[in-house]
Amino acid sequence: MSTEVDQLEQLANQEYKYGFVSDIAADSVPKGLNEDVIRLISQKKNEPEFLLEWRLKAYRHWLTMKEPNWANIKYPPIDYQNIVYYSAPKKKNGPNSLDEIDPAILEMYNKLGIPLEEQQVLAGVAVDAVLDSVSVATTFKEKLSELGIIFMSFSEAVQHHPDLVRKYLGSVVPSTDNFFAALNSAVFSDGSFAYIPKGVRCPMELSTYFRINAANTGQFERTLIIADEGSYVSYLEGCTAPMRDENQLHAAVVELIALDNAQIKYATVQNWYPGDKNGKGGIYNFVTKRGLCAGIDSKISWTQVETGSAITWKYPSCVLKGDNSVGEFHSVAMTNNHQQADTGTKMIHIGKNTKSTIISKGISAGVSQNSYRGQVKVLKNATNARNFSQCDSLLIGDKCGAHTFPYIEVKNSTGKVEHEATTSKIGDDQIFYCNQRGISTEDAVSMIVNGFCKEVLAELPMEFAVEAQKLLGVSLEGSVG
Amino acid sequence: MMLEIKNLHASVEGTEILKGIDLKVNAGEVHAIMGPNGSGKSTLAHVLAGREEYKVTKGSVIYEGKDLLKMTPEDRAREGVFLAFQYPVEIPGVNSAYFLRTALNAVRQYNGLDDISAFEFLKLAREKMKLIDMDESFLKRSVNEGFSGGEKKRNEILQMAFLEPKLAILDETDSGLDIDALKIVAHGVNRLRNKNNAVIAVTHYQRLLNYIVPDYVHVLYKGRIVKSGGKELALELEEQGYDSIKNDVEKKS
Repeated sequence: MSTEVDQLEQLANQEYKYGFVSDIAADSVPKGLNEDVIRLISQKKNEPEFLLEWRLKAYRHWLTMKEPNWANIKYPPIDYQNIVYYSAPKKKNGPNSLDEIDPAILEMYNKLGIPLEEQQVLAGVAVDAVLDSVSVATTFKEKLSELGIIFMSFSEAVQHHPDLVRKYLGSVVPSTDNFFAALNSAVFSDGSFAYIPKGVRCPMELSTYFRINAANTGQFERTLIIADEGSYVSYLEGCTAPMRDENQLHAAVVELIALDNAQIKYATVQNWYPGDKNGKGGIYNFVTKRGLCAGIDSKISWTQVETGSAITWKYPSCVLKGDNSVGEFHSVAMTNNHQQADTGTKMIHIGKNTKSTIISKGISAGVSQNSYRGQVKVLKNATNARNFSQCDSLLIGDKCGAHTFPYIEVKNSTGKVEHEATTSKIGDDQIFYCNQRGISTEDAVSMIVNGFCKEVLAELPMEFAVEAQKLLGVSLEGSVG
Repeated sequence: MMLEIKNLHASVEGTEILKGIDLKVNAGEVHAIMGPNGSGKSTLAHVLAGREEYKVTKGSVIYEGKDLLKMTPEDRAREGVFLAFQYPVEIPGVNSAYFLRTALNAVRQYNGLDDISAFEFLKLAREKMKLIDMDESFLKRSVNEGFSGGEKKRNEILQMAFLEPKLAILDETDSGLDIDALKIVAHGVNRLRNKNNAVIAVTHYQRLLNYIVPDYVHVLYKGRIVKSGGKELALELEEQGYDSIKNDVEKKS
């Protein structure tokens, strides 16, 4: 065993930096799932009747479904009756300023290095912070509302804009779409909602920080973003989670809708607790993210940096319905220790002259398994559809796995689909070369990995790119062989 | 004395390659290590740089009064030991400017200096690149990726120019270079020489030594230095080849 391996193993022993539990009084419903629990959730949230019906319909359908087993991941069966489906920090009245927020929550954000006070000032980022299941702070709302932009928690949107919610909820990811989406539809507690009116360019990056906190609480976030004709919005989602012994289920749904000439950029840095180095604990991240390019010349791009979670099951997709619409997917998925990731995208070409680009960078270390799964589908009427896919894998050490599962289906003869794939390994010789120039092994691996991911990181807004680079460094708790 | 190697033995995958090397190098000197293929020249270079696969089984190496063999490869580099690789590796996606700056800052931090600013770095880069006739566009390219053989070797000398090592070990830096490139590389090395640093040039051929003139020439054969002399020894070898040396050694044994 070489010194590089030794050093990397030392690195591997670093504890998860963001692993701590905040002591905040939680308002929870009992464990388990049945129609009464769903009614209770809906009631606690003071929801209109249509939403309760929608939830119940999803639940009844979910009961008929089976957990998917086609992904290249392994985990013990989940006991859905042993999960708490709703938990909210206790509050008397909604906070109007940071002064009214539970100091323990603020402290937690400070530990995470994302103090809201600074966030408000910094870089014009409006933060809709999601702690557990209910939003505890919303900022910059006033400024946005001057432009007619609606950016609020999902619960608030249900109260204030029920028509918009009713019109678009489930229009991209139907409540019956898949097992986890159906579960989410039945029990989702909160999330973010954004509506950008016609012709408005959102002047700041919208951002949400997700965090799992209360023990045994599944997180079922629901995000809905609508970009009306000719509008533009860039949305950032980032998260870290506290250390946990038990696996936690996270089944979020994100729906994006871009109307004629609208553009949505959605970026994620995902750093849920991945479990310890022996594979104990960690988040199960079973997420359904889909964007609908509903209008002509619309564009949706997904950028994700996935370093966390014990298991990631996630395929941010684009349905290119409008003629000339464009879908993009830029992804870095890093797995280490016992992490498993089965992630990729789907690009469904329906309209004419639709274009999609897929850039996927998978990095595997430790004994992790990292799979890219992508589907490119060109339907019959999608004349002149174009797709370019590039899937690169980087292996660190010799005990991990990288897999690529591309599915291509073209039903229109004018379609053009290209797929490129490479696999490489960080070699001892590269590490030694860097060492010989005075660069530590840790920095060398980080530098090589960041170089490998450069194209994707370049798609992130500046402040996120920096965070993502740091994350990649921290997550490289692996081994070089 | 800058470097003192005593009775150095080293093996690779259980096979002993170096079988008792003794060598002393003072500041300001240029030593050439010559020898036929497989004599252990590159092994010596890599052992000094700290490559893990080369196990030192016996002997000592004192560098600037410190036990070199106890240091990690990165600390050796930070202490001023530089190896110009025979086969520089490619690092895709990492641009040369970033790499150079990271290396330079690692060495500066070790020596208690502040990181170099982006502005200073660029200024320094322009100056150093002129030294070996490199175009500025090079800084934007990934480290060694898609470089020609000559470009890779020049890049090694550029890195040397940045890091200003006390002890530069050139491992077959002349191999794969045409005569013009060789002149540029040698010119760069000569410009970097001063009374405080030293060069160990490992080479199979004499031709490099026309441009980087050695104070001492050592012939390595079967893991031992079998002959040492002045620069004229290199010319002698060029004329007679390594056979006479081989014969001498075989006769003695």
